[in-house]
Amino acid sequence: MLRLQAVTASYDQPVLRGIDLNVARGEIVCILGPSGGGKSTLLRAVAGLVPHGGLIEVAGEAMVGVPPHRRGVGMMFQDDLLFPHLDVAGNVGFGLRPADPARVAQMLDLVGLSGFGPRGVDTLSGGQAQRVALARALAPQPRLLLLDEPFGALDVVLKAGLVLDVQRVLRELGMTVLAVTHDRQEAFTLADRVAVLRDGTLVQVGTPDELWNEPADMYVARLVGLSVLEGRAYRPEQIRMSAGGPWSARVTGRTFRDGHHLVSARVAGETVVFVCDRALEPGTEVRLAVT
Amino acid sequence: MKKLLLLPLVAALAACSSTAPEIESSPPTEVVLVTHDSFSVSKKVLREFSEQTGYEVTIVQNGDTGQVVNSAILSAGVPQGDVLFGVDNTFLSRAQEGGVFEDYQAAGAPEQLAQAAPGVTPIDTGAVCLNYDREYFADSPPPATPADLVKPQYKDLTVVQNPATSSPGLAFLLSTVSRQPDWQTYWEQLKANGVKVVDGWENAYYQQFSGGSGEGTRPIVVSYSTSPAAEVMFSEDPEAPAPTANVDSDCFQQVEYAGVLAGARNPEGARAFIDYMLSATFQDDIAEQMFVYPVVPDAAVPPAFEEYSAPPTDPVVMAPEQIAAGREEWIDEWSAIMGQ
Amino acid sequence: MDRRVVGDHGSVGRTAVLAVPVVFLLVLFVVPVAAVVRVGLSEGPAGMLGVLVDARTWGVLGFTLLQAALSTVATLIVAIPAAVVIAGYRFPGRGLLRALVLVPFVMPTVVVAAAFLALIGPTGLLGVDLSGSIWGLVLAHMFLNLAVVIRVLGAALATLDPDLENAARLLGASRWQAWRRVTWPLVAPSVRAASAIVFLFCFTSFGVVQVLGDGQLRTLEVQIYRSTAYLLDLPAAAALALLQLIAVVAMLVVVGRGRSVVAGSAVDISRRPRGWREISLVAGVVVGTALLVVTPLLVIAGRSLLVGGQWSTAGWQVLFSPGETTNAVDPWAAVLASLRTSILATVLAMLVGGAAAIGLAMGRRGTWLRSVDAMLLLPLGTSAVTVGLGMLLAFGRPPIDLRNTGLLIVLAQALVAMPFVVRVLTPGFESFDRRYLEVAAVLGRTPRHALRTVAAPLLLPLITVAVGFAFAVTLGEFGATVFLATPADPTLPVAISRLLARPGEVTVAAAYAASTMLMLITAVVVVGIDRLRAGKAVVF
Repeated sequence: MLRLQAVTASYDQPVLRGIDLNVARGEIVCILGPSGGGKSTLLRAVAGLVPHGGLIEVAGEAMVGVPPHRRGVGMMFQDDLLFPHLDVAGNVGFGLRPADPARVAQMLDLVGLSGFGPRGVDTLSGGQAQRVALARALAPQPRLLLLDEPFGALDVVLKAGLVLDVQRVLRELGMTVLAVTHDRQEAFTLADRVAVLRDGTLVQVGTPDELWNEPADMYVARLVGLSVLEGRAYRPEQIRMSAGGPWSARVTGRTFRDGHHLVSARVAGETVVFVCDRALEPGTEVRLAVT
Repeated sequence: MKKLLLLPLVAALAACSSTAPEIESSPPTEVVLVTHDSFSVSKKVLREFSEQTGYEVTIVQNGDTGQVVNSAILSAGVPQGDVLFGVDNTFLSRAQEGGVFEDYQAAGAPEQLAQAAPGVTPIDTGAVCLNYDREYFADSPPPATPADLVKPQYKDLTVVQNPATSSPGLAFLLSTVSRQPDWQTYWEQLKANGVKVVDGWENAYYQQFSGGSGEGTRPIVVSYSTSPAAEVMFSEDPEAPAPTANVDSDCFQQVEYAGVLAGARNPEGARAFIDYMLSATFQDDIAEQMFVYPVVPDAAVPPAFEEYSAPPTDPVVMAPEQIAAGREEWIDEWSAIMGQ
Repeated sequence: MDRRVVGDHGSVGRTAVLAVPVVFLLVLFVVPVAAVVRVGLSEGPAGMLGVLVDARTWGVLGFTLLQAALSTVATLIVAIPAAVVIAGYRFPGRGLLRALVLVPFVMPTVVVAAAFLALIGPTGLLGVDLSGSIWGLVLAHMFLNLAVVIRVLGAALATLDPDLENAARLLGASRWQAWRRVTWPLVAPSVRAASAIVFLFCFTSFGVVQVLGDGQLRTLEVQIYRSTAYLLDLPAAAALALLQLIAVVAMLVVVGRGRSVVAGSAVDISRRPRGWREISLVAGVVVGTALLVVTPLLVIAGRSLLVGGQWSTAGWQVLFSPGETTNAVDPWAAVLASLRTSILATVLAMLVGGAAAIGLAMGRRGTWLRSVDAMLLLPLGTSAVTVGLGMLLAFGRPPIDLRNTGLLIVLAQALVAMPFVVRVLTPGFESFDRRYLEVAAVLGRTPRHALRTVAAPLLLPLITVAVGFAFAVTLGEFGATVFLATPADPTLPVAISRLLARPGEVTVAAAYAASTMLMLITAVVVVGIDRLRAGKAVVF
C-alpha cells in the first residue's frame, strides 16, 4: 500500500538519508526512534507536507507533485489539533464531501463517543479529544493513516487504555497505518512491524519479537529495552543478583509489574534492567551475573 | 518604471471607484474651477451660466487660500482645472511668478483694481479690521483704532493671528506696517500689553474671542469687516442687533482675483466663466454667499451689510508687488519681535 | 524534488507576498516624499541646510519628542488598566465601552481640540486653563489614542490561555507575580507595538497642537504645514520632513518590535468580578475610562445643540437644509463620500497590510525582514501634509494624473491605515498554528477551502480588529485628504472643517452637528464590526 524508496529530506541539513520501507495493506508499521531523529519528517513527507527526494508510492501511485489534499492519506497529529471553532461533529465531518451526518455518527460510535457530536471541543478530556481526532482522520476513509506520536501528550494511565482502543479500531477497519513514536511499549503494542530510525536511516525493520530477540546492533538493543553488558544484549530475566557476580551495580530505580520487581541499575555507564523478587532501594550496591 | 508598477493598482481601483476618470471627449463642455474652501455661489447662478454658455462647472475646493495658491504653483503648467479663483493681493505676485496664470483680464472691473493686477481679474474685495464684543464694551469705549490697543485699558484684551500662518494675520501685520509710524515698536508695545497670538482665524474667533459666536475671553479680535453682518445673518434671530462690531480704522483691503490657469484644458470656457463672474447675476450673489464686497459698484448686498458691515472708509491698499517684496522680511522681523 | 506542497513556505513565496506592501510603500510613500525632497533641493542645498542649522528647528524637534513621549506614557497609564479590565471581566455595558473607546480615535483632531478647549481652555467647564501648556496636549492625545492601546492589548489578552496564569499561581506565585512573570511577558510585545503607534501619532500631531497649542507650542508637523501650505518654502519643508523621517526611523530602530509569543488556545478569558475589592476596582476603572471618553464627546454633541448660549436645534436644521448654494454641505452626501472612500481604503489597506502580515509571519526574523517591518510603520510617522503634497507632485501630471479622480484620497488613506493593519495582524498571524491548515490538507481539503473554513474563522477576531481600526482611521483622516481636493463630495471631516471656516453661531453648531454624526456613524460601525466576532474561540 505504501512504498518508500530512497526517500530523503533536509531542512538546513539532511534529516532523512534514504529511507526504504514497504507497508502492506492492513499492516501497522511503527517507526521507533529518539526525539529529533527525523520520524515526524518522514510522516510529513508521506503526507506531502514537506518537500522530499526519492520515491513515495501510495497504492502504486507515485506521489510526486501530488498536493496533500489529493493524496488520500489521513494523519493524526501529536496534539489533537481539533478545530476550536467547530463542535465535535463539525470536526469529525470536516473531511467529508458531501456532508454526511450518518458517517459522523458512525465514526463517533466507533471511537466510543456516541452522542458527543454537539459538544464543544473545549469540553473534552485529553483522551476524548484524541479519539475525536482519530474519528476525524478516519472519516474520509483514507487509504493510509499516519499517526504522529498520537499519544505523546497523554498521561501514562490514559495512554495504556487508549492505545489498545485505537489498535482495536484500526484492526476493525483493516487500516494501513504508518505510526511514529519514541515509546517502545506503544510501538510494540500497536505495530505488526517496528522500524528503528537512527540519524535519518532505518537500522532495523522487524516484528517486535525479532527486534527483541535479534537486535541488529547494540543501539537497537538499548532502544527496545534490552540491557547491554560487555557488548552483548540481555533480556531482564537473563540478569540476576549474585553475590559473586562479575559486575558491580548501583540501583537507580524500581517498578513493580505483574508480580515482579523490575529493577534498574547502573553498571559501568550502562543502564541494565533485571527481575528481582524483592524491592531494592535506590542507592543499594549489588553484584550481578547473567544466566 | 515606478509608474508602471502603479498601473495595475490604479486599474484595479479605478474599476471599483465611482469617481473614476471619464474618457476625455472633445470639445470640452466642462469648466473646472479651482478655489478655496470659503468659495460659495448659488446653484441657480451656476445654472444660468450653463444655460448661457453650455459649459458645466465643476468645483474643486482645495483648503485655504495659501494651500490653493501653493498647490497651483506646484502644478503650474499641468493645472487641476481651468479657472483659479481666490488668489488675493497677498499671494498674487507669488502665483504669477510661479507661472500659474495665462494672461486674461475680463472687462468691467473698476479700473483702479484692474490696473493694479494685470493678467487676472478682480472679483471681490474684503477688509480685515479689528472686531470687538459689544456687550463687553457696553459701558466703556471700544478701541477707535489699532493704535489704541497698546493703551493700558486694553491690556490682555486682544487676540490676533500669526501672519506666518493666517491670511487675516498677515493682513493685520501689513496694515500696521503701512499705518503705524514705527511698526516694530508698535508690536513690542502690543506684546507688552498682553496681545495673544494664535495660528488661525478659527481659533482666534471661536475659541479666544468673547463676542458673538466666540466662546473665549478676549473682547477684541482681528477679523473681517463683514463678521458682524455674518453674526447677524447666521444667528438664531436675524432680527436681533449684532453682538459684535468692527473698528473702521486701518482696515486692510484684500482683493480676490480670478485667472485662467496656464495649460487649462478648456481656456475658452475659463475665460467665459471669468467674464460671467463680473456679470450682475454673479456679483449680486457674492456678498451674501462669501461675505465679501463685490467689485462692481452697484451690485446688491444684504441689508445686514449696510447696517453693520459697510465697506471701510479708508482702507489700507497695498499693491501685490509691494506686498511680495516685503512680506518675508516683515514676517521674519515680526517673528523675532514676538518670539514666535 | 516534490515542491508543490502546502508546507513549503519557501523564500520565493515570502518575497512575492512581501513585494506587495513594499511596492505599495515605494510607489505611494517613497516616490511622493522623494518628490517633495527633490523640489526642495531644486534651488540648491542651501535652503535645506539653513533650516537644519537654525536653533529653533532643534527646539521644535525637542518639544515634539517630549510631548509625544509624555502623551504615550499618559496613554499607557490610563489604557493598560482599562484594557485589562475590559478583557478580563464581564460587566454591564462592556461591549458598549469597547466600541466607545474607538470613537475619539476617529474624530477630526480639530473638533477634539475644540472640545478640549471647551473643557480645559480659558473659559473651560473644568475651571483650569491648560491651553498653551503641554499638559493640555497630553490630555487630548491620551483621549485620542486610548483606543490604540486598549484594542491592541485587549486582542492580545483575549488570546491568552487563562491556564497559564492559573498554573503560575499554583506554583506559588502571587496574583501580582503571576501577572508580572507570566501574563506581562506574553502581552508586552503588543503593548510595545501599541506604544510605537501612539508615539508616532503624537509625534506627527497637527490639529490638536494648532488649537490647544495656542500658537505657542509647535511640533515639526505644524512647522512643515506652515512651510508647505503657507510659506511655500519647500526647501524648509523638505528639510523638516527629512528630519521628521530620520527621527521616526531612529525611534523605530531603538524601540524595535517584540516578537510575539505563542500562547495556548484561549476563549473568552473574562469572568465576573468577585469580592468587593475586585468589584470596586473594576467599577472604578470602567467609570473612569467611560468618563474620560464620554465627556469630550458629550461636549461635542452638546455644542451642536447650543447656539449663542441657548439650547437650539438650529445647527442641525442648517445642516439638514443646506440650501441652494455650492458650498452647502449635504450631510448625507458627505456621509456617503466618507463611507465610500473609507470602505475602498480599508479594503486596500487590508489587502496590502494582510499580505505584509502574512509575509512577515512566514519568515524567520532576519534583519531585512525586520527592516521591512519597521519601514511599514513609516507612513504613520510622516507628515500627512508631506505625503499629500508629494502625491500631488508625483501623480499630478500626465501620464498619471490622478487628481480629480478621488483615487488619490483612497490611496492616501490606505497608506495611513496600512500600518495599523500590519501591527494588528502580524502578531496573530505569527502565532497562528499552521498545523491547522495541514490537518485540513490531510483531510482532503484544498488550501483555498482550508483558508476559508479554518484560517479565516480562527483569525476573524483579529481581522475584525484590523478592519475596525483601518475603517476608523480612514473615516477620520483629514491631513492628506485636505491636500488632495477633488470635485467629488467632501468627506465628513473635510465638510466639518469647511463649516468651521465660516462665521456665525449657527454654522459652528452645524459643524458640531456634523461631528456628532461622524461620532454616531463610527460608533455604529464599530459596534457592528464587533458583533461579527461572535465566533467563539480564538486560537493562536
